[in-house]
Amino acid sequence: MMRFLLLFSRQGKLRLQKWFTPIPEREKKKIVRDMTTMVLARKPRSCNFLHWKDLKIVYKRYASLYFCCGLDAEENELIALEMLHRYVELLDKYFGNVCELDIIFNFEKAYFILDEFLLGGEIQETSKQVVSRAIEASDMLQEAEIDNSDYDLELGWP
Amino acid sequence: MSDVVEKTLSALPSLLSLDSNAGAGKLSSTSKLGNLIRGITELTSKHDEEKLIKKELAAIKEQVASPNTTMRQMKEIMVRAIYCEMLGYQASVSYIHAIKLAQQGSVLEKRLGYLAVSLFLNESDEFLLLLVNTVLKDLQSTNLNEVCMALTAVSQMFPKDMIPAILPIVEEKLTHPKEVIRRKAVLALYKFYLIAPNQVQHIHSKFRKALCDKDPGVMTASLHIYLQLVKESPESYKDLTVSFVTILRQVVGGKLPMDFNYHSVPAPWLQIQLLRILAYLGKEDQGTSEMMYDVLEESLRRAEMNHNITYAILYECVKSIYTVYPKAELLEKAAKCIGNFVLSPKINLKYLGLKALTYVVAQDPNLALPHQMTIIECLDHSDIIIKRATLELLFRITNAQNVTVIVEKMLEFLRQSSNDYSTVDLVGKVAELAEKYSPDNGWFVQTMNSVFSLGGDRMQPDIPNNFLRLLAEGFDSVEEDRQLRLFAVDSYVLLLQGETASLPQCFLQVISWVLGEYAHLRPDQASDPGKVMRLLTRLLDQRHASAQTRRWILSALTKLCSSPVSIALARDVGERYFGSLDTVLRQRAHELMILSQDAGLRGRVLSAEGRLEHVEVDSSLSFLDGHVSEALAAGAAPYKPPHQRQEELAHEKALSLEPYGLSLPVSLSTCSITDRLTDRQSPTRLSISSSVSGNSTELSLKGGSTTLKLDGVKRVWGKEGYLVQQPKEVVEETPLPPTELPSPLGSFQSPVSQTQTASPGPEPDQERQQLASSLFVGVGTHHSVCLMGRTEAAPQRFRRKPKGTGSSSGTSEHSSNSSHSSSGTAAGNTLDSTTAATGQQISQHALGHPPVNGNPIVETPGPLPPVRDGGVAAEIPTGHTDSGTLADPNEDPVPVRPRDLPLISHLPAELSGLARSKLTTLCPGPDPGLALSSCRVYKEDALVLVVFVSNNSDSTLHRVALRFTSKQLEVSCVSGDLVEEVKGHSVATCQYAVVMMRASVDVELAGLVSYQRVPGQPRATPFSLRLSLKHFIRPLTVSTGEYGKMWLSFSHDVKQNLRLITAGDQSPLTATLDTLRDRLHLHVVDIIGSEGIVACRLLRGQPCLLHCRVHADSLAVWLRSPIPEFPDSLLYHCQKALAEA
Repeated sequence: MMRFLLLFSRQGKLRLQKWFTPIPEREKKKIVRDMTTMVLARKPRSCNFLHWKDLKIVYKRYASLYFCCGLDAEENELIALEMLHRYVELLDKYFGNVCELDIIFNFEKAYFILDEFLLGGEIQETSKQVVSRAIEASDMLQEAEIDNSDYDLELGWP
Repeated sequence: MSDVVEKTLSALPSLLSLDSNAGAGKLSSTSKLGNLIRGITELTSKHDEEKLIKKELAAIKEQVASPNTTMRQMKEIMVRAIYCEMLGYQASVSYIHAIKLAQQGSVLEKRLGYLAVSLFLNESDEFLLLLVNTVLKDLQSTNLNEVCMALTAVSQMFPKDMIPAILPIVEEKLTHPKEVIRRKAVLALYKFYLIAPNQVQHIHSKFRKALCDKDPGVMTASLHIYLQLVKESPESYKDLTVSFVTILRQVVGGKLPMDFNYHSVPAPWLQIQLLRILAYLGKEDQGTSEMMYDVLEESLRRAEMNHNITYAILYECVKSIYTVYPKAELLEKAAKCIGNFVLSPKINLKYLGLKALTYVVAQDPNLALPHQMTIIECLDHSDIIIKRATLELLFRITNAQNVTVIVEKMLEFLRQSSNDYSTVDLVGKVAELAEKYSPDNGWFVQTMNSVFSLGGDRMQPDIPNNFLRLLAEGFDSVEEDRQLRLFAVDSYVLLLQGETASLPQCFLQVISWVLGEYAHLRPDQASDPGKVMRLLTRLLDQRHASAQTRRWILSALTKLCSSPVSIALARDVGERYFGSLDTVLRQRAHELMILSQDAGLRGRVLSAEGRLEHVEVDSSLSFLDGHVSEALAAGAAPYKPPHQRQEELAHEKALSLEPYGLSLPVSLSTCSITDRLTDRQSPTRLSISSSVSGNSTELSLKGGSTTLKLDGVKRVWGKEGYLVQQPKEVVEETPLPPTELPSPLGSFQSPVSQTQTASPGPEPDQERQQLASSLFVGVGTHHSVCLMGRTEAAPQRFRRKPKGTGSSSGTSEHSSNSSHSSSGTAAGNTLDSTTAATGQQISQHALGHPPVNGNPIVETPGPLPPVRDGGVAAEIPTGHTDSGTLADPNEDPVPVRPRDLPLISHLPAELSGLARSKLTTLCPGPDPGLALSSCRVYKEDALVLVVFVSNNSDSTLHRVALRFTSKQLEVSCVSGDLVEEVKGHSVATCQYAVVMMRASVDVELAGLVSYQRVPGQPRATPFSLRLSLKHFIRPLTVSTGEYGKMWLSFSHDVKQNLRLITAGDQSPLTATLDTLRDRLHLHVVDIIGSEGIVACRLLRGQPCLLHCRVHADSLAVWLRSPIPEFPDSLLYHCQKALAEA
């Protein structure tokens, strides 16, 4: 099970944080601090897996943004790496060639996408199409609402 | 992938002003959020950011409070609040409004409201209770979006206590026509299962339906639940193996829609999940494993594309193959697959390859041999993570022959590493290896010095404790002891002469203690008695020495003042610390002063011979017995073990609804027994004695062997040793591994090393070859069992003196010393990972079972009892079936009436063959015509309480019914709940199965018998009986290996010393354990030397493990269980059983 997912910039600025298990505020701050220092200190082309206490840390850098997650000890590191990748793909599909700025200014969208992809720290839907459709459906909703038209909500669902 | 995010902008502000970017474009440039984000990115200092956010939060507070704020505005505010929270500032004022937004907003606002709630709150937050109604409403909404949102929110956090409120509706969603709803419902139930497993127990059948769902997404989601369930009890889900295998075969065969492909690999997440489930199912189960061999092989074969995702599947597949019951052919293929990982140029794969090897070598060390050159390369890898993983692997293949090289590599790593977590772990491993395989005194002391200086004060406190204990207790040879101690003293004197500021406190404490105890061994101590004193005094005055360390130093000084020179020094020190603010220090100083002034006292307290005397420590505190009984007589509360106290405290907080008088936990009489027997020692000593136990088990195993002789090892190992093994011409000619090595090294040729060595130049190559030969020496020549040095002839140098053959001088002194410093860090020792590791050794090494791969060796000390219901194999010791030696011969002396014998004949036939207790008379109630008796029948899966209702009058009894009430017991009727009539002078029997819900010493079971002598006139008489924990204990038949695994996974433990029983020709340990076995239904798993391991379980409940070690003339028992109350209560019964024996 994934315990947390953090997105932070090269400068160590947090762009998104998601905690899948209840963790006290102080502990969260410590984890964020430890993760940024640990991950940012890594040289390029080194191993993407780290250890932190009893957690496995898997991180990957996409352009200027680091994706970093903490996993239970029995999890498979490689698949977690692909999980991060799939999330990036989803973001990319949604924003159309995603960049850090998209995430900075539309972080709530990034959260929505994440919620359709992972739920409670486990992968919920692996199909890219299904996730995108779910997000699109919600966004259609937004437009429908703005237009005040009678949009059939059920249409959005696959 | 970098092209995906290619256009990330490093010059953030400049682009912000352009606002042409796709992401930024979606955001109105004038929005408040945009301004906030832009404002923050432009700031340079943390201080400015704080100021800006404070301002923002104040604005948010004002806006949310305003009644004019619309929901749409609220949504925008909430996004800003989320942003502030993300930056680490609490926006608590908006929490309640987030809930409101989820409650009252339109669908879109609701969505954001739910998101904000899930980010702001966690499941223990009380605010969440306010969300329950909203969730309930949305779950029932006709709008699918709302249902989805509610399910998403519920799967992330939901108050545990409120689950029943929404559970039926969530369950209902499992049959919803839309798969997305079904999928989310399954995940919500998974979440519920994780936080409150018993609440969803009744819907297991629905999980099965989800597993068979026609939508693969829903099926995938249900596997999360199954993974969890199978992990917890694989036994209950064996029947699903075929289904899982079929699903996996279909997935691997590409039967799923293309939609589920990831980089053209079919549903990798699903595959991995299934492989994991299969691993749990096939573990140690040949039959189940056989069902999955084919599909595992197919997975291995199919995953051949060179992409990360296929490697992820391969890795999981290899793991499963090595977890299930082994099949040689598959293992071979898996091992080959690991080769691909290890040899891969991709660093991530290399890392995983090393990790895979780490657990593979545990089964077959030969598998490390083909990769030795890679391993050596990894040892010098620039990435510290790879290095660390390599060391972990080396740790597993350490033996007496390669220990020096491996430990040197580990220390080298420690000197460079700065990571706290890995340092603590690795330091423990070095200490363990040093103690286990040390070739000589000098090396051992030097290594431990490095351990102490590198590990610092973060390391596990039992490392210094173990070390001191080892020095103090000594080994078989007096001369060896002397040499080791002298070596330590000499090296410490040398250290103290240098710079001490960098030494950690715990090392200084070790140094002080050793110098205090053994400085007299130095040859120059007589000529220059003040030398060590002066060094210690200098240390005492240094500023970096903590108060704790100073106490140790003062204690050492006290022991050293024997000559006039040292007395003068001591007096000097004493005067300086006479007025110290630290009370302990001041007391030590006072003691020192008095000792230095009084030669007579000094002679008595610190006599040279006194060191060798064994100080009798009355750890049972029996001299307090009088005081205790007086206090008890005066009405003081009896002693209760900590767990019980805590429990009672917890009970006190709630209202007590139980009538008084029914549950006096410990009566006065039993209490005095406890007091006499309670052998609780100071926590310090306890932990010391227990923490080494793991190693000593192993030591005693090799009982016959003498200590390792250095000459044998040195020939292989000294610096010159490498050259001997590595004739020059061989290396220069060809990179082939030397074949003319002495026989123990001969077997590590490998195709891989041949290909590997081609690339590097000849010289580093030679170095590596040498390193390889030194690292892998001894590996592979023996069978796996010897990997950890188990069957080697004489690997163990530090063999502790067997206890009981005459206590060594050190023990007493050490224990007295450590009680001096009981508040100290070094002494205040707790269980930790290192002891856990030694615990594991017990399981692996101890008991001489070659670990047959995955095949549980179930030991059966006696004939196996007939398995009655196919449940968990358990047994009632056959000795008990004989009614002559009933399970508890020490039954409370209840007057047994002469009519008992006939009563027994009423015992139901199906119970007659089983062990049972004597008859006990219940309720000598007001009605002389009615008599109740009971007896307990010990079935393997239940405690059956048989109640005999005898009607002694002439008239008939009608509608006789028994009712039991007990909070701690679960009583269910087997037969005879209501007997319509009992004729005159006849007997009716009622059977009840009783299960103890929570372990406690003993429990009062209150009952009420109702009957009608004259129809229509009900009468009732209360009665009660006492049931004790031991009635509910059943032996737990496990193998040593299983025991070891369980031991590590249990968190609650209790340690105590018990009385040893001496009986005839048996060894005291065997006699004691046999007594416990017979009286308490325990299962003695194994006895090795001076240690024994014992296991039992609570009926339909959790197990408890006991680890017993003979320590002087008592039995040090260490109990572990997953539940806190069990060890305490069991310990009480052990004490009682031994006292009565």
